[in-house]
Amino acid sequence: MQDVVLSQNRNPVTVAAVKLLKPELFLLFSGKVEVSLESDESVFTVFSLEASQPASLPAEDISTNSNGPKQDLLFDDDPEDLFAEATEEVSLDSPERDVLLSDGPSFYCFQMNLKVCFFVQIEEEEGGDSFDIHISVSEPREVGDFMFFLSPSSRQTSMSLFKQKDFSVKRRFSDFLGLHSKLASKYLHIGYIVPPAPEKSIVGMTKVKVGKEDQSSNEFVEKRRSALERYLMRTVKHPILLKDPDVLQFLESSEQRWTPANGNKAADAVNKMTIKMNESDAVKAAAFENLDVQLRKLHASVKLSVNTAQFAKSAAMLGNSEDHTALSRALSQLAEVEEKIDQLHQDQANGDFYLFSELRGLRTTGVFEHRMKTWQKWQDSQMLLQKKREAEAKLQFTNKPDKLQQAKDEIKELEGKVQQGERDFEQISKTIRKEVSRFEKERVKDFKTIIVKYLESLVLTQQQLIKYWEAFLPEAKAIS
Amino acid sequence: MMQEGLDDGPDFLSEEDRGPRAVNVDLQTDATLQVDISDALSERDKVKFTVHTKSTLPNFKQNEFSVVRQHEEFIWLHDSFVENEEYAGYIIPPAPPRPDFDASREKLQKLGEGEGSMTKEEFTKMKQELEAEYLAIFKKTVAMHEVFLCRVAAHPVLRKDLNFHVFLEYNQDLSVRGKNKKEKLEDFFKNVVKSADGVLVAGVKDVDDFFEHEKTFLLEYHNRVKDASAKSDRMIRSHKNAADDINRIASSLYTLGTQDSTDLCKFFLKVSELFEKTRKIEARVAADEDLKLADLLKYYLRESQAAKDLLYRRSRALVDYENANKALDKARAKNRDVLQAETSQQLCCHKFEKISESAKQELIDFKTRRVAAFRKNLVELAELELKHAKGNLQLLQSCLGVLKGNT
Repeated sequence: MQDVVLSQNRNPVTVAAVKLLKPELFLLFSGKVEVSLESDESVFTVFSLEASQPASLPAEDISTNSNGPKQDLLFDDDPEDLFAEATEEVSLDSPERDVLLSDGPSFYCFQMNLKVCFFVQIEEEEGGDSFDIHISVSEPREVGDFMFFLSPSSRQTSMSLFKQKDFSVKRRFSDFLGLHSKLASKYLHIGYIVPPAPEKSIVGMTKVKVGKEDQSSNEFVEKRRSALERYLMRTVKHPILLKDPDVLQFLESSEQRWTPANGNKAADAVNKMTIKMNESDAVKAAAFENLDVQLRKLHASVKLSVNTAQFAKSAAMLGNSEDHTALSRALSQLAEVEEKIDQLHQDQANGDFYLFSELRGLRTTGVFEHRMKTWQKWQDSQMLLQKKREAEAKLQFTNKPDKLQQAKDEIKELEGKVQQGERDFEQISKTIRKEVSRFEKERVKDFKTIIVKYLESLVLTQQQLIKYWEAFLPEAKAIS
Repeated sequence: MMQEGLDDGPDFLSEEDRGPRAVNVDLQTDATLQVDISDALSERDKVKFTVHTKSTLPNFKQNEFSVVRQHEEFIWLHDSFVENEEYAGYIIPPAPPRPDFDASREKLQKLGEGEGSMTKEEFTKMKQELEAEYLAIFKKTVAMHEVFLCRVAAHPVLRKDLNFHVFLEYNQDLSVRGKNKKEKLEDFFKNVVKSADGVLVAGVKDVDDFFEHEKTFLLEYHNRVKDASAKSDRMIRSHKNAADDINRIASSLYTLGTQDSTDLCKFFLKVSELFEKTRKIEARVAADEDLKLADLLKYYLRESQAAKDLLYRRSRALVDYENANKALDKARAKNRDVLQAETSQQLCCHKFEKISESAKQELIDFKTRRVAAFRKNLVELAELELKHAKGNLQLLQSCLGVLKGNT
């Protein structure tokens, strides 16, 4: 239990001491406040918020609303403290209002949950001519929203890229998405293949948020964790992306700067634009789009699970009302089998979803579309140039010297644009060619491992199915 | 239209064994009267069944003969049983459902319209699937009509019915037209009256424990079978949809894989192939579940309704009997029309007792049939599921072997 002392040197505030209970923080305040949490020797600022009207408090994450919460946090060097050398963030989650104190007309109480932290470890392998960075994402600490820690492990060689040798950062899932959208907006249009971020899964997230402590939500967390790990690995394996300042900041900085998921939508919108340049590219794009649609449809296997569960219940009821004992028992057994199969379907659907989101990462259409756009731009400026030249030719015959001069200037400008367009196009084409070959090499390996894992999971499913039906068969035969 | 290709199907049933294909009911085959549907033809909106009879009974002119019948004629036969007072004490075998190819035809039409928007491979694949579906529905409707006839033929009393013999033997059109609007309206009102009456009559407590128990049991059982039947249909439909999804993904992967011949594309092709095969198996699983589970439940939904109808008729007779008793007492008290009341009471008593006696046996038989049918279908369901799961497993393991071996 830690006492929270609201520091009074920040803002005028009248507050009382609050007890910090993990995972809940009850806070009383009025007016604007910046709260510091004190825990023995460590002091850290958590957030700053305004609470002028009780009725209109946003249920959003306060940390993104506040302007740069200071987070120079130091902890005790407690070897058992998992949060050693790491920042801890506490933010508002669905604030509930409860008047705790009677004195004073405007006291508000908020309930906050500690967020979940993933640790991301960055290890560097010894020696080797090209650097090998290994990033691992660790398990989340608490259930709630996801947070990731990038924490260091032993670093042998010194990397000039990184300022520190040992570091750990925590990141939220939406930060990863934000990083991706930033990289996409920076690099896609010049032809680099940016690795795609793991998908959001509403089904999985709601389960985890609800606090379901069952196997499938643990699996979901695990899958997400490993997907994030793979994503980071792919990103740092890319020689250009590794040097990108945003990436470095993401891996190193203890500050939180990434915009939440909204950024990702922009990248997706860009990806969806299709400009047909040539047949094969268009067909490829269409095939990938198709795949996308189908992959989402496969999540309709969730529906199958629901219907199977309902049937299981119905069969159990039927078994209850059947008055022949052996048949009644067999029907109940059938209901149980169907329930177990339903569970299998659910687990399989999760696996399918992750497989297909990885497959989706094999898309390279993002870059191709940008190439098309560049080409289009170039063509457009060429056509405009042509038009201007024609107009200038016409003006030659009229007696309008200043208009003629204006036309000549415009033409000069356009010629410059056309040349630039051509250069851009050639540049992006060259980059893409390099990228695609690098991409193919990387991805083939990746793809293989993913597919093999997936097939192995399918094998397990079938083996389970066989077990269930083999158990049921003698019951069915026992009916007489 | 698709159907034309299926019109010439004289021997499409030949691959299955002749003899009562009673999938849902366990019936004794009796040499004295054997009925089956040896052939069926699907035209625009009609299905023509060839009913084939083998009999040693003296009633028939020949020992073996065939006639062509349509669905309406089956319904006519069923209704004639229901309306016959003599059969009030028996469970009338439920009428076969109308052949319904509408859904399948719609899908085929949609496929034809959407032909331009998919690749040739996709189109042929979907066409094959839909044709297979059409064929499956066709076989099912044949089986259900056959089961109806076999039930009648197996019933000790119904098999002697004159209408039944005419149905089997008369080799010209029975001129049974479907009910016109007026008759359908009459039927509707009759049903309303009947259900209202049923509610009234159901309230009457039965002296006989056996029937009282059967009443409560059948009511609950019927409702639960209805629920289970609906849910199993939904589940199997979802299963089919999931299998279809896999098919489309396989096609997409195939398209990708044929773009060029890099390693990546080779992978696409292999995985596409695997998905196609697993999808076929999944579709088979759904089809088998449909046959062994959904059809079973549907059939017993109809049979339990028929049993309920029997109980209703008996209760009705009981009420009539009790009313006749009361009337007789009244008549005796007033000493007027006593003889009339007596005969009426005698009739009611006789009718009631006749129904009760046969009803008891019918209900016991119903239970035996039900248990046997469930046993047969559940065992077959489990065996088929096992077979397919093992097939799937083998497929996956061999593909894994190939993929791993290539590393």
